[in-house]
Amino acid sequence: MRRLPDRAFQAVALAVLCLALAALAALILDVWRDGASRLSWDFLTGFPSRRAESAGIWHALTGSVFVILVTAALAVPIGVGAAIYLEEYGTRSLLARLIEINITNLAAVPSIIYGLLGLGLFVRALGMGRSVLAGASTLALLVLPVIILTTREALRAVPRSIREGSYALGATKWQTIWHQVLPVALPGILTGTILALSRAIGETAPLITIGALTFVAFVPDGLWSPFTVLPIQIFNWVSRPQPAFQVNAAAAILVLLALLLTMNAAAVWLRDRYQKKLV
Amino acid sequence: MIKVRAERLNFYYGATRALQDISVAVQPNVVTAFIGPSGCGKSTFLRTLNRMNDIVPGTRVEGRVLIDDADIYAPGVDVVALRRRVGMVFQKSNPFPKSIFENVAYGLRINNMAGSRSELAGRVEESLRQAALWGEVKDRLHESALAISGGQQQRLCIARALAVRPEILLMDEPASALDPIATQRIEELIYDLKQAYTIVIVTHNMQQAARVSDYTAFFWLGRLVEYDRTDKIFTNPAEQLTEDYVTGRFG
Repeated sequence: MRRLPDRAFQAVALAVLCLALAALAALILDVWRDGASRLSWDFLTGFPSRRAESAGIWHALTGSVFVILVTAALAVPIGVGAAIYLEEYGTRSLLARLIEINITNLAAVPSIIYGLLGLGLFVRALGMGRSVLAGASTLALLVLPVIILTTREALRAVPRSIREGSYALGATKWQTIWHQVLPVALPGILTGTILALSRAIGETAPLITIGALTFVAFVPDGLWSPFTVLPIQIFNWVSRPQPAFQVNAAAAILVLLALLLTMNAAAVWLRDRYQKKLV
Repeated sequence: MIKVRAERLNFYYGATRALQDISVAVQPNVVTAFIGPSGCGKSTFLRTLNRMNDIVPGTRVEGRVLIDDADIYAPGVDVVALRRRVGMVFQKSNPFPKSIFENVAYGLRINNMAGSRSELAGRVEESLRQAALWGEVKDRLHESALAISGGQQQRLCIARALAVRPEILLMDEPASALDPIATQRIEELIYDLKQAYTIVIVTHNMQQAARVSDYTAFFWLGRLVEYDRTDKIFTNPAEQLTEDYVTGRFG
């Protein structure tokens, strides 16, 4: 008799899971039905056009990849460094705790607020203009709290016995962190970072706010180049009245989804690989 | 001659005083055992000898600990250099998640004692031999240290500690998680090692203390009750409390 609630709970949990998966499946199926016919090599490597049939996403795809790479280059060193400081060096002072609470809150701030900050700080005050660098800096700010939080989580999970073993051999704090703590925490840090970046790659609002162009007919050729990204291209096409552009939007969504799934798969693969190396 | 001398040592976790006025003098090249019931402060005291408690937040030390007549708590003491001289083996074996070779080589590398490749390999082999582990692992040096048995892992941790050539070896219940055969090997090892090292071992196993140690200190409620030759502590202790403990009347 006592097992009945247990079973019931299991059934409810399973039902909820199926519901969530069904919603996702329906979404993907719907987009697939609309857009799959448009997917082709020409679509991937084409540039925008007023005629929907000849429009492509090469400029937006390269823009997305380029922006995300620059975002990672900015956010990962700063985020991991900040997390190491807060977790390993920061004292339990009032200031440290204030910073902690702030970071946790920052992770929940709507992304458009970051867009406004990016517009004011990077585009205007720092004079970066509507460039890849300004966009990537804005996205870096957006993902920074998540990277800091997940990195701290990963550092905290490293057993104290490993640190003590290292200290007992006459290792300095930095040697202990670099040689023992970071390698053990690396899978967790990687997973958190890639998940944060895959959030950034789907962001539209902050980039629209900073004025990423919605019609760009070229591939970004440097940090100062104007750019567009896949979500903005999709947003642009969806808002057109012609039905043919809606098909383009659906196809672009499929490409974006594929990109996201690839990144998440990479996160899982990297985590497994490093965990295997550790054991 | 005295290797380690504690003078009126008090230790605090926050406001709680965990050690009260401990004064003890440890001889070189002998095995000194700290015994006592759980929570009596023996491990805490052991960890003050290489300042391992420094990394525990909210702790505080009063009094002095002299190693070769120099106070290790004096201002300006290099804690990192101290810990190289005073090695430590922990209760639960804690090999790094790296290969067997890298576990032993780590201490040499970080202390700039690695030298050339062949020198490093020689030091690793020497340390593994000292820890009586070489024969069992020589063909799998580059396999994960987590793949060997618990007893082997603990001997690997001893080898790792010996590699940096400490003068003193602190052992915090090194065999408490091991089976009797692995325990016996560790005890034999301790007997061999005391020729070259000053060994301090914490144990809650009184038979073990009687078997391996030359001197025994009995701790109770954060105080050092009695400290004497091991045979005296176990056959003719001066304090009633010690007698009650070693004869198993409490604890």
